[in-house]
Amino acid sequence: MSATFLGIPPFPEAARAAVDDSRTRHNLRRATHTIRDKRASVVGELNDDWQLLRAEGAAVKEHTLRHLDRYLEQLEESVTRAGGRVHWAADAEEANAIVTRLVKATGETDVVKVKSMATQEIELNNALAEAGITAYETDLAELIVQLGDDLPSHILVPAIHLGRAQIREIFLDQMAEWGTPAPPGLTDDPRALAEAARLHLRERFLRTRTAISGANFAVADSGTLVVLESEGNGRMCLTLPQTLISVVGIEKIVPTWSDLEVFMQLLPRSSTGERMNPYTSTWTGVTPGDGPQEFHLVLLDNGRTDVLADTVGRQALRCIRCSACLNTCPVYERTGGHAYGSVYPGPIGAILTPQLRGMSSAVDEALPYASSLCGACYEVCPVAIDIPEVLVHLREEVSAGRGHLGEKALMAGAEAVFSSSRALGAAQRAAGLGRNLVPGHLPGTAGEWTDTRDVPDVPAESFRSWWNKRGKGQR
Amino acid sequence: MSASRTGRTPGRGGAAGGGPRGPVPSSRERILGRVRAALADVPSDEPAVRAPGRGFADSHAAGPTLDVFEDRLRDYKAQVRRVPADRVAAEVAAALDRRGAQRVVAPPGVPDAWFDGAAAERLPDSREEPLSVGDLNGVDGVVTGCSVAIAETGTIVLDGSPDQGRRAITLVPDYHLCVVRAEQVVDGVPQAVRLLDPARPLTWISGPSATSDIELNRVEGVHGPRTLEVLLVEAAP
Repeated sequence: MSATFLGIPPFPEAARAAVDDSRTRHNLRRATHTIRDKRASVVGELNDDWQLLRAEGAAVKEHTLRHLDRYLEQLEESVTRAGGRVHWAADAEEANAIVTRLVKATGETDVVKVKSMATQEIELNNALAEAGITAYETDLAELIVQLGDDLPSHILVPAIHLGRAQIREIFLDQMAEWGTPAPPGLTDDPRALAEAARLHLRERFLRTRTAISGANFAVADSGTLVVLESEGNGRMCLTLPQTLISVVGIEKIVPTWSDLEVFMQLLPRSSTGERMNPYTSTWTGVTPGDGPQEFHLVLLDNGRTDVLADTVGRQALRCIRCSACLNTCPVYERTGGHAYGSVYPGPIGAILTPQLRGMSSAVDEALPYASSLCGACYEVCPVAIDIPEVLVHLREEVSAGRGHLGEKALMAGAEAVFSSSRALGAAQRAAGLGRNLVPGHLPGTAGEWTDTRDVPDVPAESFRSWWNKRGKGQR
Repeated sequence: MSASRTGRTPGRGGAAGGGPRGPVPSSRERILGRVRAALADVPSDEPAVRAPGRGFADSHAAGPTLDVFEDRLRDYKAQVRRVPADRVAAEVAAALDRRGAQRVVAPPGVPDAWFDGAAAERLPDSREEPLSVGDLNGVDGVVTGCSVAIAETGTIVLDGSPDQGRRAITLVPDYHLCVVRAEQVVDGVPQAVRLLDPARPLTWISGPSATSDIELNRVEGVHGPRTLEVLLVEAAP
């Protein structure tokens, strides 16, 4: 992937362009509504147990984070004992250097990849390309994004912004350049498109000797890595090559094998809206005679310890990347993922990205505001991340810093008025007297708010004033 | 709102192991040091082991286990036949016949009896003497047993035992015929997790290969076997 989020403008500006794109809005609306209904149906099958599973999922993850040093050491020991090798990467640069070195040591110049958010985050494909190594994405949506030289717009389905007709065009135009060409006469029937992907990647799966993956879970006590997928591309990459390199964020740990009782119920239902995804692979080190004989686990920090240090923001590290919050979010549905300027879009991206990157840019400072705080994301989160709470917390950080001074001043003024009964009464009387003078559109900073709303009518009399006048006998 | 009081803890990104005059700390030491500094708010006497809370039910299936299993398999587009124990060989032969499969792989633990009456040639494969991926790409299918099956989710789990074989043999061929004994089917996910050994390489299979990547609609048939057929074996009447 050569495309990059670098240079994308902050959310309000990027979103404006996105909502004007009627084709993307149509694609997104259709896809997010489809998946919302499917999720609701399979979550409903578990009845009241869903909330118990959700609470347990949150508690397991929270406990793990609070003792992460212990579990990291335990995972390292378990993986090593099972024949794997563990590497530690403090940041993206180090992770990319480790993976590049490991691939070079195999002597290969082609690698196949299982869809992985961590490797998107560190832009591994670009780093490999600079070292003369070509990384082939094998997940269908990732393949579409790679062939189209596009950017991912969704955690689970990176090509969610594209419809079938656009996908067909990309396949016809680009597949030949990357390998097996698209069959002539390819239609935009999803079955035909899936078949084209099968043909395109088949030879590559059979001959490529090195694979790179992420993981959904890393089990500390057994040293087991877990990958959930649908297409079988994951199995191909995790099974056929000789060498497997897995890049895994340090927050992906669960303490025990038995914790999968919880997460194997929470994740598929939240993610693709299925009772179970078609394929899940688990592996512990290497198995002689079956699958890769060399296994490397690269544990990635890249800002995660900064998120961990924030006792409010820490809960973002519970995320299991299901993408239910994206699918349910009214803002995401209208803007799509690119406007967030990050590989992690949507509500979870709005709290995770600024924390991972340290609120270092205008893009990051705008992200906590990319929400109406409606709370739908929290409702569907399978590990109960209170996304609105973290959004408000991060807004406080932004307003305490250099950005959004206008809002800070408005809020300081409001605090002065609301904290004094006398000042509030005076302000309300003044507003009542001047009510016919209020314009429909406010000037200055507040004008942005009225771009899309009318200023509410100011009543002739405040509730407090009316209440006080209502004869004491009636109370 | 208490956020401002509970914000960044002191020591964030603080010094890691190694010490000021010691050698440059490794990334391992730096990351673990940063984790510990980040967790300054966690009381030192907080137990590092947590008793799991499993208040939820082991299963949520409505109806007899095997009926639910069959229903869920069909829902995810697998083919299912319920067969009495004394008819396994006849059903294997019939299934391979319907498929037109002439050369099929079977791992060493698959009983010869399953192939009694089958016209197809049985190709052996083992960890010690594996077929090449090219060979696997050229066969017409694979026949295996399974380790555990989950009714509620329509899932079959393979664990590499002798009747299930290397992971590659159930991946590369386009047709997978899986023989599941009734007593291997549990109701829900937690029961299966308890029965499985994480030290073994596991493959959980729920229907044929599929994708939801085009407009989030599920389409069957991508890289894994596009046809999954299950023979569910019950005690002979």
